[in-house]
Amino acid sequence: MQAFLDTLLGDAAGLERQLGYLAGMVVFGAVVVFGFVLPFAGIVTWAERRIWARIQSRVGPNRVGPFGFLQWLADGVKNILKEDIIPTVADRPLFRFAPYVVMVGFVGAFVCVPFSGDLIIADLNIGILYITAVTSLVVVGILMAGWSSNNRWSLLGGIRAATQIISYEIPASLAIFPAVLLSGTLSMQGIIGEQGAAPWQWHMFHSPFTLLGFGLFFTAALAEGNRTPFDLAEAESELVAGFATEYSGMRSTLFFMAEWGNLYVIGALVTTLYLGGWQVPQFTYNPVLMNLAQVGVFMGKSLACVFFMIWLRATLPRVRVDQLMAMCWKYMVPLAMLSVLGTATMMVALPNGSHTLRMATFAVVVGVVIRFAFKVRFHLKRARKLDYTSLSPGASQGLSS
Amino acid sequence: MLFDYANILVFVALGLFLPAMMMGLGALLRPHNPEKQKLTTYECGEEVSGNSWINFNIRFYLIALIFIVFDVEVAFIYPVVTVFRDWVADGRGLFALVEILIFVAILLAGLVYVWTKGDLAWLKSVVTQGDEPEPTLPGGSRHVTD
Repeated sequence: MQAFLDTLLGDAAGLERQLGYLAGMVVFGAVVVFGFVLPFAGIVTWAERRIWARIQSRVGPNRVGPFGFLQWLADGVKNILKEDIIPTVADRPLFRFAPYVVMVGFVGAFVCVPFSGDLIIADLNIGILYITAVTSLVVVGILMAGWSSNNRWSLLGGIRAATQIISYEIPASLAIFPAVLLSGTLSMQGIIGEQGAAPWQWHMFHSPFTLLGFGLFFTAALAEGNRTPFDLAEAESELVAGFATEYSGMRSTLFFMAEWGNLYVIGALVTTLYLGGWQVPQFTYNPVLMNLAQVGVFMGKSLACVFFMIWLRATLPRVRVDQLMAMCWKYMVPLAMLSVLGTATMMVALPNGSHTLRMATFAVVVGVVIRFAFKVRFHLKRARKLDYTSLSPGASQGLSS
Repeated sequence: MLFDYANILVFVALGLFLPAMMMGLGALLRPHNPEKQKLTTYECGEEVSGNSWINFNIRFYLIALIFIVFDVEVAFIYPVVTVFRDWVADGRGLFALVEILIFVAILLAGLVYVWTKGDLAWLKSVVTQGDEPEPTLPGGSRHVTD
């Protein structure tokens, strides 16, 4: 980005140049935030509701615009028009400031999201460390919200969320290490540069240990993002709305925007670390075409991850608090250490890597996925054959249409 | 280099501007009719009794303490894993690996200690005088007093 601004600014010097840089940064940042982050956080709520509806044999939102696509805009307008209520007993400054902290933690992560070889706001040399650090701000915001509301539901939800997020930060950080070990760098572009376009060249398939690391990172990231099956912080059935109980209108929307937008951050991180990022084969020397293809591949992979998370949310029940904590400390932390140490041992034992092991890991994963697909197909077919309308004669007319 | 880090400041500013913009826009459009009942704390329709800023369960602090130990560990491993590949290329891989192993082994010993002490168990039975052991839930109502 700096090189691009340099060509644009020509030989401007001194203060003029600094201001030019600043203007460029603000424009690029605004394009990313208002052109991608904001619409994405909205559209994904619509997509999620549509996908759930499809999974649960419902229709879902289908009135506003084609396929209900404009539902997210309608929701946004509705929320902006809602009255903003702050309880009298709440700690007002903290209560009002909490959504800002959450938003900073969420928007800040997009500095280092590598959309393509050239399209990245800033390729920091500590990229992945920076992202884990800045997304931790979300915990502070949630705790502030929970505490300042002066409501028991909020307090419990906030403390639960904080405990969960900090606990799962340990396995999440440890599960980043296999990819970093293999790349020898913390920069996002550097990590992607060490992987290839072909699936078996991704870090995920380097050895069984990195495969384990991938699984652990995905699970821990889900828990850090407060997603089902780990969404205890706002478990409706026990805590009303958790830390957001006292929030209304736009203020609560901000929390949920950050939560849904975080889906993309998680998807992008998984894609970068283990799924080969934007890597495509060199099919042309036209840089514009190359970058477009790279953006397409990166978006495809990260949106596939987002779809997978939505699918999980529609499928899995919520875990209990004690199960959640036991899973983190008793299983995921030791397994993550095993993954890190195993990868390091592999690197010492086989400095050039083992192609056979790589292909074997890849083959096993492909086999499992194919088996799973066949199983799903089998059950779907069986469910269709079993004509459930005939079971209750009275209901058959309404259902068969 | 500094240019890259300046971008973070810009994004922090944007992250503050975004909610400010939405709240500002909302302030122009939304109604504002506060009344006493509306501004009370939500407690499922019950009369609110007392303050919610209460003592809560100690196990949250325990988890936080364990977290600090392991987070420091992660922070210390970060530089090692970053340069590990270069060390392997230099032929010092085994040395570095043994060092990491020792470091992690000490921490694993810590985890085992915490585990055997029962601090990882979320549901604990609290023995009250003369009573049956009775499990308490985190922040359970028996600790809430006005």
